Amino acid sequence: MANVIELEGVVKRYDSAGAPALGPVTLTVAEGEAVAVTGPSGSGKSTLLNLVAGLDRPSEGRVSVGGLQIDGLGEKALARFRRERIGMVFQFFNLLDDLTVRDNILLPAQLAGSARGKAATRAAELMGVLGIAKHADAYPGRLSGGERQRVAVARALVNRPALLLADEPTGALDTASGHEVRQLLVDLHRSGQTVVLVTHDLVLAEACAERTIQLVDGHVAVDRSRNAEVVR
Amino acid sequence: MSAGWMRRGRSGSGGGRIRLGRVGRRRVQTIVMTLSVLMAVASAVVAGSLMASASAPFDTAFARQHGAQLTAQFDEGRATAEQIAATGRLAGVTASSGPYQVAQIDPPGPDGADLQQTETVVGRATAGGGVDDVTLRSGRWASKPGEIVLSTDANSVGPDTRLGTTLKTSGAAGSPTLTVVGLASSVTDSADGWVVPAEIDALRTAGAATSAQMLYRFSSAATTAEVNADRAAIAAALPKGAMVSAQSYLDVKLAADENTALFVPVMLAFGVLGLLMSVIIIASVVSGAVGAQIRRIGILKSIGLTPGQVVRAYLAQALIPSSVGAVIGVVLGNVLAMPLMGDTAQMYGGSASAVTWWIDLAVPAAALVLVAVAALVPALRAGRLRTVEALAVGRAPRTGRGRWAQRLAARLPLPRAVTLGLAAPFARPVRSAALLAAVVFGTTAATFAIGLTSSASAVTTARHPQGSIPVSVFLGGDGPAPVAAGGSAPAQADPAKVRAAILAQPGTAAAIGQSQGTVSVAGGTGTIRVRLYQGPSSAEAFALISGRWFHGPGEIVVPTHFLTTTGTKVGDTVTLVDQGVQVPVRIVGEDFDPGNAGLTINTDMATLAGAQPGLHPVFYDVVLKPGTEVAAYTSGLRTALQSSGVQVEANETEHVSPVVVAFDAMSVLLTLMLVSVAGLGVLNSVVLDTRERVHDLGVCKAVGMTPGQTVAQVLSSVVGAGLVGAALGVPIGLALHDYIIPVMMRTAGSGTPSQIEDVYGLLELVLLGVGGVAVAVCGAMLPAGWAAKARTATALRTE
Ligand SMILES: Nc1ncnc2c1ncn2[C@@H]1O[C@H](COP(=O)(O)OP(=O)(O)OP(=O)(O)O)[C@@H](O)[C@H]1O
Ligand SMILES: [Mg+2]
Repeated sequence: MANVIELEGVVKRYDSAGAPALGPVTLTVAEGEAVAVTGPSGSGKSTLLNLVAGLDRPSEGRVSVGGLQIDGLGEKALARFRRERIGMVFQFFNLLDDLTVRDNILLPAQLAGSARGKAATRAAELMGVLGIAKHADAYPGRLSGGERQRVAVARALVNRPALLLADEPTGALDTASGHEVRQLLVDLHRSGQTVVLVTHDLVLAEACAERTIQLVDGHVAVDRSRNAEVVR
Repeated sequence: MSAGWMRRGRSGSGGGRIRLGRVGRRRVQTIVMTLSVLMAVASAVVAGSLMASASAPFDTAFARQHGAQLTAQFDEGRATAEQIAATGRLAGVTASSGPYQVAQIDPPGPDGADLQQTETVVGRATAGGGVDDVTLRSGRWASKPGEIVLSTDANSVGPDTRLGTTLKTSGAAGSPTLTVVGLASSVTDSADGWVVPAEIDALRTAGAATSAQMLYRFSSAATTAEVNADRAAIAAALPKGAMVSAQSYLDVKLAADENTALFVPVMLAFGVLGLLMSVIIIASVVSGAVGAQIRRIGILKSIGLTPGQVVRAYLAQALIPSSVGAVIGVVLGNVLAMPLMGDTAQMYGGSASAVTWWIDLAVPAAALVLVAVAALVPALRAGRLRTVEALAVGRAPRTGRGRWAQRLAARLPLPRAVTLGLAAPFARPVRSAALLAAVVFGTTAATFAIGLTSSASAVTTARHPQGSIPVSVFLGGDGPAPVAAGGSAPAQADPAKVRAAILAQPGTAAAIGQSQGTVSVAGGTGTIRVRLYQGPSSAEAFALISGRWFHGPGEIVVPTHFLTTTGTKVGDTVTLVDQGVQVPVRIVGEDFDPGNAGLTINTDMATLAGAQPGLHPVFYDVVLKPGTEVAAYTSGLRTALQSSGVQVEANETEHVSPVVVAFDAMSVLLTLMLVSVAGLGVLNSVVLDTRERVHDLGVCKAVGMTPGQTVAQVLSSVVGAGLVGAALGVPIGLALHDYIIPVMMRTAGSGTPSQIEDVYGLLELVLLGVGGVAVAVCGAMLPAGWAAKARTATALRTE
């Protein structure tokens, strides 16, 4: 199977002096894999995810996603890369409060200039699958946390990205809602979606991912697949 | 965003004072606030000083010198000094002085030539006297015979007139000589010189009629009609024909105010525009800046800040940069006002004055009070806000205002980034209104100014219709052809021959003969000037306000002021009196000819032929056939007329009055300032908006919005305001112009011809509209750039 993510000697420094926030890190994620990134607060998990999403650029090293090397891309190309290949889910949902659920979900498709009809069909299909169809015309402020996160997932998937990235998707949810979202991610992975998931929640990591990467001080401390175990 | 823009002061400082910290974080906001206050204060100082210097110089002088509302001359042969003096006690007369005896002197030029400059000399013992306090400019008042105080307005006073010089009273041998002991001025120009009363007899020409002058102030003399009534009451109290002439101060004022009148309403309009705009921009900048930080306030309160501390901290945050802006603004305003004040001084005929000191104090003080009030409102709200609420602002879902706009915009067949931007203003109606107001003001100012400058140049054209006359031929000898007794005709070429020669010259389209004279109107005020034409004179026609140019003898065209003064209207018949001959004429048109106290009438030379049989042109204006080369024509005509001793002159085609130049400079400067304040207002709104939406923009970028799309979104969020603002501002500016221009013209004693009022072209208006949108877009450009460049990961962390 082809690698969806390839990191090679990736280092991220926020200030030139002092230890890097991340790295050096070298790792690959294969197509269809579900990877959970865990580690203590401040260990560099979000940094890693942002680099993969093209939201940030590495200080050193190479980042390739879906065969495209993104560390040298310009802002415009990165934006295009994100909307075509990446779906992102955040801890605090990051939905636009002034747009309805449907419009939130449609946004990446509209920005990409997809045909209206096609995008609407895709959004309707996702809302159906994720059980939020009845909220299509509601505003995010009215929804429960779990519902909001499902809207966020629908938005992440509307352009059929090769890679779904989720940063603490259950971090802001109560147990029941957290459970819903966990189940959703499990189902997505089963349907073949490549997922990289940052979480403190070991249960979530256990349930969704067959591979866990543990970061400590910006370094990969543990990279363990359910079958084999590799300790560095 | 960091929560540390302000922090507690040293804990030992007693009250736990708050001071600013990390101003750099708010650099742009601070710069915008400073700049807005700076520009607003500068334009207010400029506008204010111009308004102050423009405000009624004549009225001020008139009040200070107790000017005479009526200056009357009486025939001493028909009324006794006692009878004349008694008119000072008539009902309605509040003060009077005189009678003073009058003499005419005719000082010869240095070479003994007769300058034909008669000076009116009044015998007056003191400069004061209850009415018309003559102001001594230098020297002293005349104290004995042989001394004269000259008026600074007298014809014989030149730049080289000094105290101690002597003045011959006529070219005749043995005529008395006077020594100049003082220079003085009368606000209503009541005389050209003053001597002691005992001197008058010596100055009078034997046999000529003698007259005395009386100066009056009345209980009601605000309008021409009131002054005319007062004048009639005085004339009625004396034997018939005793009042020889009487001059109303309103005519003098009109002449004095001619230029001022054009400026005052404009300066007022600009001043009011500038001040209003300054108020709105300062209020929106400051309240926006404070309002944008409510969440921060919540955080500070949660760590123990008292409401009072919050209020003080925010006031300080607004006042510090504003004070800096105000100080620099005053300096800039003074620097900019200085040359303009010089220009206006020149126009008003006064001396250049500096910016009035109280404006330098009042404007920044008012600006800072405004800033404080504008900051206080949101600061008090923030101070009173419960901590939890304050913390919730920004996190909690917003009020949901303007969502209908988002729904609607989403359906538009436009790129999504654009529709997102278009709907954005509706979520923040107050801020959008401020932005709109900025664009409206900017567009209004620009529209108004362009109209004004076009009108100003239209005024020039209308007042100098001769601009279309390329060549003039002067017959030699000046002034109207003398009809003096004795018939000593001057050495002048034969007008008929000259005319024939001009018409015979190839390229000539027409020759219009001209002369000037004075006539009086039966039953009306003193003498008025008359321009006499011979030939197809419509080429010389001044801009017409109503009626038409005259077609032949017996018809006259008069300025608005003539109609007001005589109480006539176009179509009426009046009787002109020339050399004692009564000439009935019909008023067929009202022309635009303010100035010269607005009393010059135009008519065909033949109209006065009965009264002055020898009347003939003193010069010809020549209209050329299209395509005729002026230089070649002129030299050709010179050769043709060589022997006749006439002068052939090519006219300057462009006549640009320095007044108009100064006027244009002033409106351009004020407009630029107003437009840039408008631009700053837009910039400020968009900066605040972008900062507030940095998170939403981050979200959009995270899901794939390109930098180009981000810029498009921010720009389209102001395009709506730009379009609406321009759609409002252009007609408002137009209406303002159409209101101000007739007011200006009325103050100058004239009606408004259409070519001065209707100056806007359609293309111009469309361009102005586009300009309004451009101001909005330019103001948004910078923040749009920041939004596009902002790091997404950072933006998303903003919680
Ligand atoms: N924009 C930034 N500027 C400066 N330092 C940053 C920035 N973002 C992250 N850091 C620093 O980099 C380090 C790693 O941060 P990161 O957010 O990746 O940690 P994390 O593992 O996601 O932590 P958490 O579990 O708390 O979310 C931290 O020390 C953090 O302070
Ligand atoms: Mg994190």
